[in-house]
Amino acid sequence: MCLGVPGKVLEVDGLVAVVDFWGLRRPILLDLADEPVQPGDYILNHVGFAIRRIPPEEVGQTLALYEQLLRETGDDIMAADVRGEIHATGGTGDASA
Amino acid sequence: MLPRSADPAAGELKFRDPPTARALTGALARLLAQIGRAPVAVMHVCGSHEQAIAKFGLRAVFPRGLDVIMGPGCPVCVTDCPEVDEAVVLAGQGVRIATYGDMLRVPGTAKSLADAQAEGARVHVVYSVAQAAELARTTAEEVVFFATGFETTAVATAAVILRDPPGNFSVLSAHKYIPPVMEIVAEMPGTRVEGFLAAGHAATITGWGIFERFVDRHRIPVVVAGFEPLDILAGLVKLLEVIHDGRPRVENMYPRCVTRDGNRRAQEQLWKVFRPMGGRWRGIAHVPNGNLRLRDEWAHVDARRRFRIDVSGLWDEAPPSLAQHCICGDIMAGIASPTDCALYGKECIPDAPVGACMVSSEGTCKIWHQYGGHPDLRSVG
Repeated sequence: MCLGVPGKVLEVDGLVAVVDFWGLRRPILLDLADEPVQPGDYILNHVGFAIRRIPPEEVGQTLALYEQLLRETGDDIMAADVRGEIHATGGTGDASA
Repeated sequence: MLPRSADPAAGELKFRDPPTARALTGALARLLAQIGRAPVAVMHVCGSHEQAIAKFGLRAVFPRGLDVIMGPGCPVCVTDCPEVDEAVVLAGQGVRIATYGDMLRVPGTAKSLADAQAEGARVHVVYSVAQAAELARTTAEEVVFFATGFETTAVATAAVILRDPPGNFSVLSAHKYIPPVMEIVAEMPGTRVEGFLAAGHAATITGWGIFERFVDRHRIPVVVAGFEPLDILAGLVKLLEVIHDGRPRVENMYPRCVTRDGNRRAQEQLWKVFRPMGGRWRGIAHVPNGNLRLRDEWAHVDARRRFRIDVSGLWDEAPPSLAQHCICGDIMAGIASPTDCALYGKECIPDAPVGACMVSSEGTCKIWHQYGGHPDLRSVG
């Protein structure tokens, strides 16, 4: 899918970060991150990799769409894709919920 | 039950900022009038754009005469039959296949990976290529990641290959690269497409500068847009502005995610592992440089070089007879709509898909089927 999902970085250990996505913590790989990532930063996750560090001033606007989608229940496919993206773990850590 | 997006009351509530939405749709109507001819057709190449357009009922607020068409933007859908066949054959040879969930039911020449699974093959659904490598670490058996998707997922495959995965892990690459297929669409005889809306998150990787050569060559403007309903409307307003002023160029309407150069670190890894190669996209055409294949130095992780994959055995098996009526190819090329298909919503539904476009959450048919497709609120008042 083309839609990445933003999350907040809680911890960084080498090339693995623990990232919070609306309460769900996932290990996300930093191999592809365009800039150094630190705890407190927001990143855009795509299939378990951070593909962009989101500039702080742009975080609020970036989160809005997802918050609207995550309120969806049932089988909404756009919401399901976003949830699937959130579940895309890096697979190298033990932080998966 | 009415599809949600066909409910006019719900349509009103969908914009976080209705006055801005009204201003943008007003601008679309004005610009279309200034252009002075209709229809004006523009194309997007992203399943997530189509999801947002359909989910938020945007076609209901577009002015009459503006056609926003989805092109070959569903990576699952454009994965060609012979590529699925290769995965099916490998699975039949006892290799474990790991792939993204949508790939299971995408039809090959005679069968899908789900069919192979039903016959006893081991097919694992993963959310990330990293999970496939992790799976290989837990077994001595061969694990092949059937890698599909555009540049946004190809960079992840590249990163895992560069991470020195276990020796029993390899990749069957069906990755596709979007910029070359835009050239194909632009060159199609009789194409009506006057502008492209480029997908924000793919451009996060490639940068918007990559589209400059395309614009120079084809004189068709490209606007990079995000996924919020307002982002899409703003992207379309900019696209009509550029079509109107007659100076084709690239405009970036998604600066919070996309820069001119894109993510160079990701690009470096992408091109270190992959090289572009011509190949077929399902239903579209042979696309020069449209496929991503592993470079020679990664032969040891290239499933095509590691295994003998002979798909000819599948050719004797007859394809499902309904498949010959499927018009997925025309839909992905943007010259037909799901509702033009005799099978759509009847013999072909998400629970029993005939064509790839009804399988994937990014396929036009599945998106229209869920959201009511082309809700035209103008016709219901």
